[in-house]
Amino acid sequence: MSLFARQLQSLTASGIRTQQVRLASTEVSFHTKPCKLHKLDNGPNTSVTLNREDALKYYRDMQVIRRMESAAGNLYKEKKIRGFCHLYSGQEACAVGMKAAMTEGDAVITAYRCHGWTWLLGATVTEVLAELTGRVAGNVHGKGGSMHMYTKNFYGGNGIVGAQQPLGAGVALAMKYREQKNVCVTLYGDGAANQGQLFEATNMAKLWDLPVLFVCENNGFGMGTTAERSSASTEYYTRGDYVPGIWVDGMDILAVREATKWAKEYCDSGKGPLMMEMATYRYHGHSMSDPGTSYRTREEIQEVRKTRDPITGFKDRIITSSLATEEELKAIDKEVRKEVDEALKIATSDGVLPPEALYADIYHNTPAQEIRGATIDETIVQPFKTSADVLKSIGRA
Amino acid sequence: MSSRAVSLFSKCGSRISQTRGKAHFTFQPSTTLPAGLENLEKTKMNLMQSVNEAMRIAMETDDSAVLFGEDVAFGGVFRCSLDLQKKFGKDRVFNTPLCEQGIAGFGIGVAAAGATAIAEIQFGDYIFPAYDQLVNEAAKFRYRSGNQFDCGKLTVRTTWGAVGHGALYHSQSPEANFTHTPGLKLVVPRGPVQAKGLLLSCIRDPNPCIFFEPKILYRLASEDVPTGDYTIPLGQAETVRSGKDLTLVAWGTQVHVALEAAQLAKEKLNADVEVIDLQTIQPWDEDHVVESVQKTGRLIVTHEAPISSGFGAEIASTVQKRCFLNLESPIDRVAGFDTPFPHVHEPFYLPTVHRVFDAIKKSVNY
Repeated sequence: MSLFARQLQSLTASGIRTQQVRLASTEVSFHTKPCKLHKLDNGPNTSVTLNREDALKYYRDMQVIRRMESAAGNLYKEKKIRGFCHLYSGQEACAVGMKAAMTEGDAVITAYRCHGWTWLLGATVTEVLAELTGRVAGNVHGKGGSMHMYTKNFYGGNGIVGAQQPLGAGVALAMKYREQKNVCVTLYGDGAANQGQLFEATNMAKLWDLPVLFVCENNGFGMGTTAERSSASTEYYTRGDYVPGIWVDGMDILAVREATKWAKEYCDSGKGPLMMEMATYRYHGHSMSDPGTSYRTREEIQEVRKTRDPITGFKDRIITSSLATEEELKAIDKEVRKEVDEALKIATSDGVLPPEALYADIYHNTPAQEIRGATIDETIVQPFKTSADVLKSIGRA
Repeated sequence: MSSRAVSLFSKCGSRISQTRGKAHFTFQPSTTLPAGLENLEKTKMNLMQSVNEAMRIAMETDDSAVLFGEDVAFGGVFRCSLDLQKKFGKDRVFNTPLCEQGIAGFGIGVAAAGATAIAEIQFGDYIFPAYDQLVNEAAKFRYRSGNQFDCGKLTVRTTWGAVGHGALYHSQSPEANFTHTPGLKLVVPRGPVQAKGLLLSCIRDPNPCIFFEPKILYRLASEDVPTGDYTIPLGQAETVRSGKDLTLVAWGTQVHVALEAAQLAKEKLNADVEVIDLQTIQPWDEDHVVESVQKTGRLIVTHEAPISSGFGAEIASTVQKRCFLNLESPIDRVAGFDTPFPHVHEPFYLPTVHRVFDAIKKSVNY
């Protein structure tokens, strides 16, 4: 068993099991594992309250991401998704918990494991799955694929390891410049934590006290390499050095939500950047070509699923605290399954952009390009400058 | 070593020591101004001052514009941002750490969030740590997001080209590295008039631009520059000398070398050489060059960067395709050699007036 899995296991053993106190039929108080702190005197509350409405919403959100990623995995096996595809299964509490703490105008930029974030920040399941299959109904009409999806204030997934880190700092500068009370959540993995540009971005962010939250989603493995084999220090929340940091149990949605709320207040108050490390776990391989079992055992994955799964753990909590019933959650599961199944139909049947779209969106005013047809007589000058022009031409504007 | 070799070597040595530190060309001020600028009030400026003036105007007319880079707060190593922090404050003009990848990525983020970002990379040679950010992020942001996001408000300014003593890492001309990347615009001015107008165009263009500033011209190049707010369109070449016998294409400092070579060709060969300043390297003005070659039947492209895969090859290929039946002689390229940019051998490396003249002579006598 890897050191990382042992650490996760020890969390359960060391009293992370939530104690709950009944407040009222619609609101319950829970205790979460304390955050580890770096250069901070105090951190997020360990006593958190959860109301019924939020409980059902968080459960549903995590289930949508899990179900959507399972569907993506199946589509890949059926060769309906080609190329790269990085699944978020196991890490849902990170995204849903953070989103729960965000306010209007906050921005997010992440790496390539971005399907869940895209959906959470406003895209539909159809848009996500259809982007994966390269269809017109996709979030970017098939031009971005698995790693590049966008919504308002979501600056996308990013296919280059670590490249989003300085971009996030730049977005935060724009926020500070405009005097917005917002943060830019800049996510990266434990693998990208060793990228030089993270240290460049962190230094600049601290120099100018930018409202940027550098979040390391530590799922234990940078591709096929365990964190302890790639990092001289695996305490990623301390690696900002002069930038304060907090470690959060990323498998506990309530811990994530509270920590993010606290971190947001910290950044909003003008104190500058903060490093967060979310201790989480991915069930699948790094990407679809990685079975995920050559550098860890199947037993390790099963153990985490059994004892630390963010969805089943949360489900147990809200049922035992009477915030929701088993039947209500089953109804949500059914509804989610239906939503994903409907999306799958479109994602596998919708058309693809015509070839002329190849030259759209390169520049603001992309010059017309000559495209050679199957014969010299079929050579045309493509008339489209943007995807919107192309969509209009096929009646999909 | 034979005595003959020793004497040859010592002669070379003395020639090098005489030549180093001197400009390998004479700056030729603009004889005509771009259309619409003729009647504007003018003042004498060098290239450094005209760049400074362009940034001042950009920041005055756009409240969201910010300027950042290594040492820009006190004016930068070439003083291009002199007094701008004093005028616009520390929130808008500020130093960054020495981290080009961070500067570029940071600039992309600023621009993507809607502010106008003017990022300075101190030397073109230092742009390579930022290469990934510029090529994989800046150039592709619009494309990969289906036009939902872009960083068109980003302009990266960097110094460019030989300076007489820059050696390996303060002399390079990296424009061709970026021409392989659709999504970026690349601009190199030949003098103060062009620098001001083209830089303002870059800053206001809704696409990410890299603006290469020939550092040897910062103080050497001085001419009458219109004082107001003006732009020179991107993507348009300019004929700086008309001719009927041969087309000579260059950009940046090399335009002045080309003009001298053209004058020499007139005197020695009675050849009328047309000189075109490309100005924008990407997207380059194909039609302008093609029309000229259709008239002259001959083409030479000259640039400081090494010859292999230099941008001259792209121009040659396109012109060969579009002007095949007009050509009277093979297209030629006069460029830097395929070596790292040398230190003591800079005078031998550079595509000098005499090397360009030799190519003209070969072409017209073909």
